[in-house]
Amino acid sequence: MNRDQYLTMYAQMYRIRVFEEHVNELYTSGKMPGLAHLYIGEEAVAVGVCQALRPDDYITSTHRGHGHCLAKGASADRMFAELLGKAPGYCSGKGGSMHIADQERGNLGANAIVAGSTGIAAGAAFAAKRARSDRVAVCFFGEGGLGQGILYEVMNMAALWTLPVIFVCENNLYNEYTPYAETTAGDLLARPRAFGIVAEETDGQDVRAVHAAAGRAVARARRGEGPAFLLCQTYRFLGHHVGDVNRGYYRTKDEEQRWRAERDPLQILMTWLIAERIATSEECARVGEQVRAEVAAGLQFALAAAYPDPSEVDTHVYA
Amino acid sequence: MAELTYRDALRSALIEEMDHDRRVVLIGEDIGVYQGTFRVTADLLKRYGPGRVIDTPISELGFVGAAIGMAMLGLRPVVEVMTWNFSLLAMDQIVNNAAKLRYFSGGQVNVPMVIRGPNGAGVQLSAQHSQSLEATYAHFPGLYVVAPATPAEAKGLLRTAIRSDDPVIFLENAALYGMKGEVPDSDFALPFGKAAVARSGRDVTVVAYSRMVFAALTAAEQLAAEGIEAEVINMRCLRPLDAATIVESVSRTHRAVVVQEQWKPFGAAAEIAMRIYEDAFDQLDAPVERVTGADVPMPYARTLEVRAVPHEADIVAAVKKTLGKD
Ligand SMILES: Cc1ncc(C[n+]2csc(CCOP(=O)(O)OP(=O)(O)O)c2C)c(N)n1
Repeated sequence: MNRDQYLTMYAQMYRIRVFEEHVNELYTSGKMPGLAHLYIGEEAVAVGVCQALRPDDYITSTHRGHGHCLAKGASADRMFAELLGKAPGYCSGKGGSMHIADQERGNLGANAIVAGSTGIAAGAAFAAKRARSDRVAVCFFGEGGLGQGILYEVMNMAALWTLPVIFVCENNLYNEYTPYAETTAGDLLARPRAFGIVAEETDGQDVRAVHAAAGRAVARARRGEGPAFLLCQTYRFLGHHVGDVNRGYYRTKDEEQRWRAERDPLQILMTWLIAERIATSEECARVGEQVRAEVAAGLQFALAAAYPDPSEVDTHVYA
Repeated sequence: MAELTYRDALRSALIEEMDHDRRVVLIGEDIGVYQGTFRVTADLLKRYGPGRVIDTPISELGFVGAAIGMAMLGLRPVVEVMTWNFSLLAMDQIVNNAAKLRYFSGGQVNVPMVIRGPNGAGVQLSAQHSQSLEATYAHFPGLYVVAPATPAEAKGLLRTAIRSDDPVIFLENAALYGMKGEVPDSDFALPFGKAAVARSGRDVTVVAYSRMVFAALTAAEQLAAEGIEAEVINMRCLRPLDAATIVESVSRTHRAVVVQEQWKPFGAAAEIAMRIYEDAFDQLDAPVERVTGADVPMPYARTLEVRAVPHEADIVAAVKKTLGKD
């Protein structure tokens, strides 16, 4: 990894952070409708994984999908437009936060159903393999998805058919408001391993660790050695969705404070870059400023954009 | 009588039935510690303990299946689906087991189970979170399908549902949870298969259920200002369907409009309209009109969503059409 690559990772994480801060503000001030599940705190997972991918690789995403979408290369302006339900949005305003997708950059789409896109990831991997390409598919899902049967059906097939798919489990410790240990029995890694899928656990707050683990999984998949499973231990700094403000009954302020103070993925990377003399704090700040300006401009674009024409309601309907 | 919200009416039915019958257990995602996404199970974990208020993994297929097994052995599970959209993950268990066990076991077993949660569109939740699934479930023999509109109905029908010996699809509505209304106290229950006349009128019969009852009542007010008196029938229950109440009304008004939030093809309104044609054809002075959601997956953008859900104005227009005043 060279300096530029590290700074790109930093910029990508920063982009997600700032994007989500704007989203939070838009929702809480009533400017954005619907439901938004913020990725703040989990940035290193999407960025570490997507930096190990090529533009022509695929990802599938979840209800908490803004970070995945940005990490795969989407731009903030059209994402904001989608979240605001505006015509230039990635899905022409028809999908919104929970269905954001960017086919051009290989983001096959977010999904509002827990584990709802796991089959799609396996299918994309099948198609990539059948086309004799070395493209891979990454399936992002929250640890809540471990409760869904489809995941096990899909892992079984991925192993049987040696599919180039990487299952990335983002364990942010809570299924909505329930600690995962209360809903998830046994050893998580034993589950993929039961299918013969290579599985490893990684620190989801350390983008370098995620990137290295993802790199190994992607390289295997490209060589035709089949699926892998990455368990990324992480934490969402804010609520399950923007409306989840009073969280005291399911987790303590102290716990949140500790993660923010000690386990912030942006801070962890920056500290390391400075300690290793790869970048100075001024350089990091400059990256931050650039990203901030770009994201703010993206938001202005989206705020000024037009809503879809009402006649759009029955386009894309065929039956 | 007490004034309760729809939410509290549901909750009080749960409490009374749980107090009355130890076999009643609650199962669902985030219903215990979190007290339910819409707070219908507020405080119930504390009251009844984890043996009767059971938080589950995000495993709809699994916990609905398990609830069926519990019911076969004599428990009375009340399953909460966070929204009915997620019931689609459990649909095989609902349709292939719950609905059929009494029949294909030759009456050896029955499944006294309720599945409840909010059905229908919210506000800009887009396609996977906005579905109205009443017709989907009402299609299957072996399922009661209930859709209360008022707090009193929420309570009275939920009590009947929990006491039912067979599975009940209990469709609530997120927009109604905060709505207040008078609810009789004491041992109050409402029968399945019995509609209510929500407003009397002589000119046209407007048939609705769940949230659309209120759209119909608002439309009726607007029509009254123009001298058109609409009778509004609140179905309360789709399976069994109280065709008699509709037919009786249509035989006085000679016109009918059926309102539903879901898509038009193969929907509840089609079934209701056909029942009117079968039982009251001679009484009709005009074809039955349907007011429905647009025939598209629910779009996200507000300019589109507003076009995809039915409004009072659509009901007003449909009524006028039956009267030849469009
Ligand atoms: C099948 C299904 N059931 C329930 C829900 C409601 N729901 C939305 S997010 C969520 C929790 C998901 O937890 P997890 O997968 O760990 O992802 P996280 O939100 O923690 O990122 C639930 C239960 C859903 N979207 N889909």
